Amino acid sequence: MLEVLLRVVLVMVAFLVLPLLVGQLEHKAMAHMQSRVGPMYAGMFHGWAQLVADGVKFVQKEDVVPAAADRTVFKLAPAVALLPYLVAMLVIPLGPGIVGQDLDLSLFFVLAVMGVGVVGTLMGGWSSANKFSLLGGIRVAAQLMAYELPFVLAAASVAMAAGTLSLAGIVAAWQPWWLLWQGIALVVFFVAGLAELQRPPFDMPVADAEIVFGPYTEYGGLRFALFILAEYAGIVVLSALVAVLFLGGWHGPFEDTVGFVWTLVKTFAVAFVVIWVRVSYPRMREDQLQRLAWQGLVPLALLQLAVTAVGVVVQQ
Amino acid sequence: MKIPGLAKGLAVTFRQMTQRSVTAHYPDAMPELPPRSRGVIALIEENCTSCMLCARECPAWCIYIDSHKDVVPASTEGGKDKTRNVLDRFAIDFSLCMYCSICIEACPFDALHWSPEFEYAETDIHELTHEKDRLREWMWTVPAPAALDEHAEPAKEIGVAQKTAQKTAQKTAQKAAEQAAEQAAEQAADRAADRAAEQEGT
Repeated sequence: MLEVLLRVVLVMVAFLVLPLLVGQLEHKAMAHMQSRVGPMYAGMFHGWAQLVADGVKFVQKEDVVPAAADRTVFKLAPAVALLPYLVAMLVIPLGPGIVGQDLDLSLFFVLAVMGVGVVGTLMGGWSSANKFSLLGGIRVAAQLMAYELPFVLAAASVAMAAGTLSLAGIVAAWQPWWLLWQGIALVVFFVAGLAELQRPPFDMPVADAEIVFGPYTEYGGLRFALFILAEYAGIVVLSALVAVLFLGGWHGPFEDTVGFVWTLVKTFAVAFVVIWVRVSYPRMREDQLQRLAWQGLVPLALLQLAVTAVGVVVQQ
Repeated sequence: MKIPGLAKGLAVTFRQMTQRSVTAHYPDAMPELPPRSRGVIALIEENCTSCMLCARECPAWCIYIDSHKDVVPASTEGGKDKTRNVLDRFAIDFSLCMYCSICIEACPFDALHWSPEFEYAETDIHELTHEKDRLREWMWTVPAPAALDEHAEPAKEIGVAQKTAQKTAQKTAQKAAEQAAEQAAEQAADRAADRAAEQEGT
């Protein structure tokens, strides 16, 4: 009982701290990539407390619900967007045995739960009684439809290679040469994950030049903060999944003692790439987005499945 | 394939990240302003003749000048009394000023100058009207004029001043020479007289 409580508390702490770290990393890395310095004052040293200050500001703001909005759905949407990532974090292993809850079907569970997160955004877009929000919500839905397939196919490829649906089992079976063998799946999974999170260059649903801020247009204060937190929690979950599925999780020098550090290092390396990609590329158009998914990623994922299948048969 | 282009994009941002950022840390570090920066207008009250040229040229009508005429009694007896302009008020409203520099160009007596100081924001707009004592204070922050280029012609004023100096020097030299000659002549005359007296004595 005490152990369960401890695990839950640790997951909760990770859920509150890691997204902020990624957010700070984004502030700073993006600033320096654009030849700026980013936040410098909050917390007295290079703006380390900027996101805490932002959070305090968001909490102080008035909670506004548009008169024509569907109040229940509108208020529920941020929670629906955020909670799945908390639940997903519960089953992602940091090291051998260091996991919130070890499930046999954890990969399946994570993928199912991550799809729910997008529903929160969709709910927000639908209930806001705002045509820009609705447009954004529908773009989210279209994006989910397009990218969920390659996302799952790429994950299935690793599961096939490892012969298990357990994330811990996949890491245990992982070998360095899988980087080559599952290389296509790695790229497909990462790109499709970015698109699911609506991160640039796939941030068509919140394209501010066209539809204000998409599904989040009518949100303010704490609810908006929850949506933003969901975005960063999503980055953490996606990065952790890439690290665990494709980069070997806790495998590395001294993995018996500092394995979880390796998982964290790999997670943050992937998170950095997420930010790096955001800074480097412009937003894709809706049709380009769909074409990339259906004509690019899906065939690639299918090719990867075939390659994996051949590999598995040859190995046996 | 679009891969090389995508990689190039990533390379550009990464390279930028490894270089120093160009941010000016203004309140922590003062900016390096270019010469002749237009920060605030300074006034040398002593140079001002209240001629009103600046106030009239000002496109924003932001210069306020009040003056009166003072009578200066004649210096020589039976001469005419003179009048002189006395500056009562000289104020520039920097909430109206558009920093066009026309007043400074217009001033024939070099009473107005640009100072590079720019930190005089106020919470009350009325405080942006700087009266003449405050404008005089800005004068201490006016930098020396920029040096001329290496092979540039010397400024006209310097040429004029040099000529005047030369002339005065020549004049004084001439006077000194004349005086010396006179003295020598006198001495010679004295000696001659002395000798004549001696000879008479013997």
